[in-house]
Amino acid sequence: MTVHSFQEHFDEKIDNEVSIEPRDWMPDDYRKTLIRQISQHAHSEIVGMLPEGNWITRAPSLRRKAVLLAKVQDEGGHGLYLYSAAETLGITRDEMIEQLHSGKAKYSSIFNYPTLTWADMGAIGWLVDGAAIMNQVPLCRTSYGPYARAMVRVCKEESFHQRQGFEIMMTLANGTDVQKKLAQDALNRWWWPSIMMFGPPDDDSPNTAQSMRWRIKRFTNDELRQKFIDVTVEQAKLIGLTVPDPDLKWNEETGHYDYGKINWDEFWNVVKGNGPCNKERLETRRKAWEEGKWVRDAALAYAEKRKARKEKATLAA
Amino acid sequence: MQLINKNLYGDYGDKEQAGGSNDGAKHNTASEWPLWEVFIRSKAGLDHKHAGSLHAADAEMAIENARDVYTRRMEGVSIWVVESRYIHASDPGESASMYEPANDKIYRHPTFYDLPDELKHM
Repeated sequence: MTVHSFQEHFDEKIDNEVSIEPRDWMPDDYRKTLIRQISQHAHSEIVGMLPEGNWITRAPSLRRKAVLLAKVQDEGGHGLYLYSAAETLGITRDEMIEQLHSGKAKYSSIFNYPTLTWADMGAIGWLVDGAAIMNQVPLCRTSYGPYARAMVRVCKEESFHQRQGFEIMMTLANGTDVQKKLAQDALNRWWWPSIMMFGPPDDDSPNTAQSMRWRIKRFTNDELRQKFIDVTVEQAKLIGLTVPDPDLKWNEETGHYDYGKINWDEFWNVVKGNGPCNKERLETRRKAWEEGKWVRDAALAYAEKRKARKEKATLAA
Repeated sequence: MQLINKNLYGDYGDKEQAGGSNDGAKHNTASEWPLWEVFIRSKAGLDHKHAGSLHAADAEMAIENARDVYTRRMEGVSIWVVESRYIHASDPGESASMYEPANDKIYRHPTFYDLPDELKHM
């Protein structure tokens, strides 16, 4: 087969919704796009453990603590599913971690915001995980098999994350005046960064068209953002909280909510590394990696030693 | 066409375009724990099914990690792990000739036989 016919065969599979698997021929740019997207997704799960990890020891009850622990553990797991999916494309785990630590690879900017109060655990579960689910459900049908399979597992586990977050918000919103204020304050701070999670607007998202052509993406950033806003505004009403957007208005004609202007300067500024916690997050990850080195080395040395001992015993027998 | 020199599942012993970029070649992976493929039996009576992969220093750690990564919600009653480099796989580029012998033998399917509707229990 010539490169041309490889390409044709690949296009035919994409058009017919046949999954691309690790050993199949694929265009270099498809591979590169996937490595970038899946590894950034994995990094987001891993860095995403930090803002919530901050509150595990201060959870208000044993139940909340157990739930938060389980959620953070899931996020670690999701990072691992995604790293292994990316590895099938020919990048190693260590390379990906190096790219995260050097700043070459990005992760979701939302995790560069601080978690100031317990209510932030509610807002993150409800809004951040809610937005993530909106993004991730269509990825269960993404064209690259290992990525799609990892996403099926992630989505199955993620729905409890959003529900427990909403439950925290609901409890606070129904609580004392101070608790209600905490909930509203968390919504005020997390709303805009959450709707920015869907990425730049479609006319400023140069990769979207190609990713849609390859069926990596199924919906554009703006489509998903609109869907998220439409459902979330109703959820906020249900617990008597106000979405911090004075321009938010139901539009009879479109059947969607109109929303105010998003501050994209802030978004790009955080992406570029100038968010409130970028430095702290990366430093925490680097420190964990460096201080864990002796454990990784020791485990490897121990495995080697045991293997050698076993071989010796087999020889002697 | 790019070459790989890493052991990914299904890539063992191959040097064609199966894997990723050459960038990996200059990267030292000596200290990386080996990659393992994980197979899980979801309940007694069913086959073990590929669940994904993970890194571990040895088989024992691979099974423990597999428990934590792939069975947090009681998804399994039994775990198999095998180091990824020991998996050999067929070449998808040769699928056409590989499965050709089965293509024209539709008489292996029960629906091939045209029998009267009155015939019962068959």
